[in-house]
Amino acid sequence: MGEEDYYLELCERPVQFEKANPVNCVFFDEANKQVFAVRSGGATGVVVKGPDDRNPISFRMDDKGEVKCIKFSLENKILAVQRTSKTVDFCNFIPDNSQLEYTQECKTKNANILGFCWTSSTEIVFITDQGIEFYQVLPEKRSLKLLKSHNLNVNWYMYCPESAVILLSTTVLENVLQPFHFRAGTMSKLPKFEIELPAAPKSTKPSLSERDIAMATMFKRFSCLSLPSSWDYRYGQLYVLFLRHHSRTSNSTGAEVVLYHLPREGACKKMHILKLNRTGKFALNVVDNLVVVHHQDTETSVIFDIKLRGEFDGSVTFHHPVLPARSIQPYQIPITGPAAVTSQSPVPCKLYSSSWIVFQPDIIISASQGYLWNLQVKLEPIVNLLPDKGRLMDFLLQRKECKMVILSVCSQMLSESDRASLPVIATVFDKLNHEYKKYLDAEQSYAMAVEAGQSRSSPLLKRPVRTQAVLDQSDVYTHVLSAFVEKKEMPHKFVIAVLMEYIRSLNQFQIAVQHYLHELVIKTLVQHNLFYMLHQFLQYHVLSDSKPLACLLLSLESFYPPAHQLSLDMLKRLSTANDEIVEVLLSKHQVLAALRFIRGIGGHDNISARKFLDAAKQTEDNMLFYTIFRFFEQRNQRLRGSPNFTPGEHCEEHVAFFKQIFGDQALMRPTTF
Amino acid sequence: MAAAAAGAGSGPWAAQEKQFPPALLSFFIYNPRFGPREGQEENKILFYHPNEVEKNEKIRNVGLCEAIVQFTRTFSPSKPAKSLHTQKNRQFFNEPEENFWMVMVVRNPIIEKQSKDGKPVIEYQEEELLDKVYSSVLRQCYSMYKLFNGTFLKAMEDGGVKLLKERLEKFFHRYLQTLHLQSCDLLDIFGGISFFPLDKMTYLKIQSFINRMEESLNIVKYTAFLYNDQLIWSGLEQDDMRILYKYLTTSLFPRHIEPELAGRDSPIRAEMPGNLQHYGRFLTGPLNLNDPDAKCRFPKIFVNTDDTYEELHLIVYKAMSAAVCFMIDASVHPTLDFCRRLDSIVGPQLTVLASDICEQFNINKRMSGSEKEPQFKFIYFNHMNLAEKSTVHMRKTPSVSLTSVHPDLMKILGDINSDFTRVDEDEEIIVKAMSDYWVVGKKSDRRELYVILNQKNANLIEVNEVKKLCATQFNNIFFLD
Repeated sequence: MGEEDYYLELCERPVQFEKANPVNCVFFDEANKQVFAVRSGGATGVVVKGPDDRNPISFRMDDKGEVKCIKFSLENKILAVQRTSKTVDFCNFIPDNSQLEYTQECKTKNANILGFCWTSSTEIVFITDQGIEFYQVLPEKRSLKLLKSHNLNVNWYMYCPESAVILLSTTVLENVLQPFHFRAGTMSKLPKFEIELPAAPKSTKPSLSERDIAMATMFKRFSCLSLPSSWDYRYGQLYVLFLRHHSRTSNSTGAEVVLYHLPREGACKKMHILKLNRTGKFALNVVDNLVVVHHQDTETSVIFDIKLRGEFDGSVTFHHPVLPARSIQPYQIPITGPAAVTSQSPVPCKLYSSSWIVFQPDIIISASQGYLWNLQVKLEPIVNLLPDKGRLMDFLLQRKECKMVILSVCSQMLSESDRASLPVIATVFDKLNHEYKKYLDAEQSYAMAVEAGQSRSSPLLKRPVRTQAVLDQSDVYTHVLSAFVEKKEMPHKFVIAVLMEYIRSLNQFQIAVQHYLHELVIKTLVQHNLFYMLHQFLQYHVLSDSKPLACLLLSLESFYPPAHQLSLDMLKRLSTANDEIVEVLLSKHQVLAALRFIRGIGGHDNISARKFLDAAKQTEDNMLFYTIFRFFEQRNQRLRGSPNFTPGEHCEEHVAFFKQIFGDQALMRPTTF
Repeated sequence: MAAAAAGAGSGPWAAQEKQFPPALLSFFIYNPRFGPREGQEENKILFYHPNEVEKNEKIRNVGLCEAIVQFTRTFSPSKPAKSLHTQKNRQFFNEPEENFWMVMVVRNPIIEKQSKDGKPVIEYQEEELLDKVYSSVLRQCYSMYKLFNGTFLKAMEDGGVKLLKERLEKFFHRYLQTLHLQSCDLLDIFGGISFFPLDKMTYLKIQSFINRMEESLNIVKYTAFLYNDQLIWSGLEQDDMRILYKYLTTSLFPRHIEPELAGRDSPIRAEMPGNLQHYGRFLTGPLNLNDPDAKCRFPKIFVNTDDTYEELHLIVYKAMSAAVCFMIDASVHPTLDFCRRLDSIVGPQLTVLASDICEQFNINKRMSGSEKEPQFKFIYFNHMNLAEKSTVHMRKTPSVSLTSVHPDLMKILGDINSDFTRVDEDEEIIVKAMSDYWVVGKKSDRRELYVILNQKNANLIEVNEVKKLCATQFNNIFFLD
């Protein structure tokens, strides 16, 4: 297995904290993704480290007993510490506010606090075995105000900070889940749902374990225009993931992950089943909209992409791992500090260790080693692991950092050694342009909405975000096509076929093709003397009309005479290039034709007489000069009542030339009445 | 602008009058180098039609042509004589390859009248034939020969005079019967190609189809695509395509129309195992792919004879109205397996494409509005891409190309064309013909347009209809007024 084979890796710079030991307790807060190292109950110091802030927060607090749970509110404003099963202590971290601790006891009599979650910088939820209590913290008053509460028996709870949803496990089997959603001082109860437990032998009581449930949000939408609900829009879709272990009584081939979709409104629905085809101990992560399932027994992981096509049985979709199982890439514990100076070799880190704790969405913590990693997906190795290019594109287009990988896949499929067939290339282009078109449409609707003044009335109207999956013509041109056409060893037939395929795909999605792509086609055709092909493409308007293209054609006239006609036709169709047409005709000494053309479109009163007289003189055809001269005399007569040229027209030399050839008496006499 | 009134009227004909159209009198090919001495004259003659002519007469006729060409060359060394006008006939000379001369002798049309004493009087119409038309026909004879046999010189290299004579005999024996000199006209001068009008997207789909086919049938060198006998794509160069198009549309396709109409060899072959139902079939090559002894012989054609000189097999495959020509190098011999593979790959896709084109074409036709019969008929030709369009001609049949206008009008068109050839400038010629007909010829930057108008008591000013036509039918091109 080469190094390029690993498609999962731990982040290079983990959050490092003091290892857990009898005097140092370690806590993790999923909302702020912070690790708390509490030494001696806080008396000898608390160190808080987050993934983003490299400057840890350190403080001391009095040792008032064993800390059960410790979390900052959002933005690190208020610290909450649970030391007993009845109370939570608070301490303000806001400047100018008193730092004296204050305490809140849970309201429900005889209830035990299971834990608490911050839902904003000043709002907190207590979860007790008898229900939940939603409080507002008033830091300046050093007190809390109960906003709302709800009573029910709770076995355990789970919090998804991205969607601000708390899931409570109820009933004896623990498998009825009651979700609550919190937002700006409100708490709303969502429909509860039941997780189907696998059949178990009669001797053991089945129950749903907290360890087998995870919550994650996926597929944040970027388009602002289809808004089924504000939740979906802001947070993506919330899924409850249930790890259903293999049961000997059923005939399933292994454990499965069942995905329940929890919409903002309406009932939770079982949507996807991920087939693991193995048994044992598993852990789940969600990275880049992929469900990652770690398997401890084999020390490997697999990934699932629920956006890829699976087998749909009418109600749920079955998915298989996108790729063969692989270990997370071997990881060397970085050596920092003065130790790095010594020639000490880096220590390989034990992967899939039993001391690992996994948090959503992508966090792996090794408390015994004192590391917090973010799990990452490496896209490059996947390119070679997924031979089906269509599926590969579907996969890559859903990933965050996909742009350069997709472009390299495109370059690769056009390279001589790994050349793909034209139908495959067409499929890839179609998939790219499908994404591109979606974005263009969203942009356009946004622009129209802004123009219509909807931006003020609808605060949700947001400019569509351009993800990396949007590969426009300039990306493909710069990174793929321009290098591709330069390759001398490529048969030109293939080069042209590929360019036409890309243009076909753009057209199919009704995307206006940029002229540089047309120029690329022309350049390639001209290089191989395929002028007749070029002519046919132009004849069917495959290469769209534009002034640059018309000029390019004009420049080809000496190699291919019909290019002149093609160019003039194009200028005519543009209907904004009348000046250019006159110039082209004059340069060909077709003075009369130029004059007729400009008269035909009614522009003959505004043209420069000097320009036409110059051109006529150059033909050395005296009769032509006479004709043109007379035309302008008549124009002068009509416009100004006199056939004479005005000094501003700078035609003195032409008047002199006319007199010299035809004599003074040939000049037109002013008509007098 | 020039206006002229041509007295091309048709006088009242006596009932007893009989008309005889122009006819081919003789056709021969010779090379003066092959029998330069006295007594060897016969060696010069490579082909002579009609063959029954007595040997000495052949020699005499060839000698006469040789003499005329030699004699006129003294006056115009660069442009030797092209034709010789006599009372009874006209001779056309062409030297397609150095020292190889082709001569076609056409009898002038005849009117047979009854004199007062009841005896028939024959009157030759010396001025009826147009030089340009028949010179073009003669040149076309050579091009067609060359398409299927290569150059004269190549035959000489391959097998000497004997082989050349054999090839000429074999080819022209049949070809001359298809000449139909009485219906040659302006379109023979142009030798144009009718292009199928198509929207960009469908055109790109066809491009994509062709590229894919060339990729999967990797021995294909060139491809051409036609729909409704009109060209959509040619991988061949223009001149080669021009003559191939002529062959396809006047010979190959018409030969296959009748069986199609009669419903014979119904192309749906559901019995082919593992094959999608499709309408594809070979117009050249094997008739029945299920017959294990089917012959996979395709006509050979010769293209790019000026430089690379390529010999190719011509595979013509058709599904509904869409026809594809695949041309493969002659050194590769297509097997029955190859033909079956081609049929299974191309057949289904071409069938789908053909119905797409048909659908798109109907949509476009509907969008362009109901087609009212216009007040005029026209012929358009562009020298640059050989595009030709005629509302004067009806559909071509294997025997004759039918026109919907009087032959006299066609002759006026030919005359205008001759006038256009004489000068380089763009110009417009308006002719008043008989019985309320006006003919307008217009030439602008290598394009020619001929319009025939029939308007009661129209005068020169009203003939401005042509401007309207230019504005509506040709608004996409630069056409000077």
